[in-house]
Amino acid sequence: MIRPPVWLYLPAAIGFVLVAGPLVALTGAVDWSHFFGLITSESSRVALELSLRTSLAAAVLCVLLGVPMAAVLARVRWRLLPVLRALVLLPLVLPPVVGGLALLYLFGRHGLVGRELESFGVRIAFSTTAVVLAQTFVALPFLVITLEGAMRTAGDRYERIAATLGARPSIVWWRVTLPLLRPALLSGVILAFARALGEFGATLTFAGSLQGRTRTLPLEIYLQRESDPDAAVALSLLLVLVAAVIVLVAYRRPGLAVDRVRTPARSAGS
Amino acid sequence: MLAGCGSSSTSSDTKTITVFAAASLKQVFTQLGTQYESAHPNTKVTFSFAGSSDLVAQLNQGAPADVFASADLNNMDKAVKGGRITDKPQNFATNVLTIVTPPGNPAHVNSLADLSHAGLRLVVCAPQVPCGSATKKVTSDAGVAISPVSEENSVTDVLAKVTTGQADAGLVYVTDAAGAGNKVTTVNFPESVKAVNTYPIATVADSKNADAAKDFVTLVTGPDGRKALQQAGFGQP
Repeated sequence: MIRPPVWLYLPAAIGFVLVAGPLVALTGAVDWSHFFGLITSESSRVALELSLRTSLAAAVLCVLLGVPMAAVLARVRWRLLPVLRALVLLPLVLPPVVGGLALLYLFGRHGLVGRELESFGVRIAFSTTAVVLAQTFVALPFLVITLEGAMRTAGDRYERIAATLGARPSIVWWRVTLPLLRPALLSGVILAFARALGEFGATLTFAGSLQGRTRTLPLEIYLQRESDPDAAVALSLLLVLVAAVIVLVAYRRPGLAVDRVRTPARSAGS
Repeated sequence: MLAGCGSSSTSSDTKTITVFAAASLKQVFTQLGTQYESAHPNTKVTFSFAGSSDLVAQLNQGAPADVFASADLNNMDKAVKGGRITDKPQNFATNVLTIVTPPGNPAHVNSLADLSHAGLRLVVCAPQVPCGSATKKVTSDAGVAISPVSEENSVTDVLAKVTTGQADAGLVYVTDAAGAGNKVTTVNFPESVKAVNTYPIATVADSKNADAAKDFVTLVTGPDGRKALQQAGFGQP
């Protein structure tokens, strides 16, 4: 490994401080004598549980929808595919509140789909389902982008060989494509889960805020800040810790996902 | 800034005062600010409108400001405790809750008691914020058990859920209802007088333009201010 030139270290250090500094300051602001009382209060527990439950559901939805999306984006040739890809990535750059408004006009009571559902007695707004939809909306691009990148890097050499040996497309998909994608899928899912856990704006705009039903941990923090800043800080640290563990698991070895996928392609090519 | 460099300020220098004001005062204060500027051509008034608790947090962290107008006494007390306000705050306006529904009141809400109907999609403020504590007081005093579908962080969030038609009814301040115009139908209820919200205003202790700040407070509490506040739906303390 060749080291970067020394003068790069200074801006790099500033960057690290910029990212880590606020989190260190947050830790310093915690009222440690009450920390465990604050994070184990009923409202905190309920919010954390709801957050974990909805984020898990969102991660599952992301896999069910995102893996096929990535496959289509990576392996199908179609003139309009770049437009489709740009659309899929939009939630990454949209302000979450815009996402929330957009969801509202689709699934809200008077929304395009929402009003039809309403006539069947299905109410999405203000429900836990709305939270999961908002989380899936913002988290899906993370999974799709991770997986599509991995599929492109891996190439389709193994799949083509399997096909020439007589395997039908479904067999190739289950026995060759998916196993090769496993590491990328794992990091994609974890990223999507982490993003869902942090979702705030779209949930607030679209799902509302009610304890046990729609008030996830980020919403609870936002509310606590009004009346009990110490509780807000304690809960923030809890969310930072959970997020840190998740990110560490996803990236416990640098380039894990990409490397493992790339290896067979590279050896096959050499 | 210039004064710090030793240059003497002349009468032609433009002064700026910064007014921290509760979000519900936005319309009235913007109007009063324009009025103030035309009466004092050398003074510019800038505003920071936000939730009162956000403003107090900023003040107590040292944010530069000259005047603070809160939507409740509690947050003004916090600013006093934080040492940023040393003058005695003056109460200049009151606000009460009202029911808003989408135009035409499709769910037929006609009283506070109607808010307890099963199946009604009611949105209110969370008890942690001022409009929510007023909601709690009004409903518990009247013995009306409500089960809202959402407890929002701000009164504007409640209003938005009603104007977009997501909720059948919401509890907001009369001034919010007035500001929303024909986007909502307003249903006043007599029990609202049980929770009157009082708005205090004061100059900030370390104001660089204490005289101008005092003048602005005088404008708000004086006849012109009273008139503008009344037009926006506020009551007199």
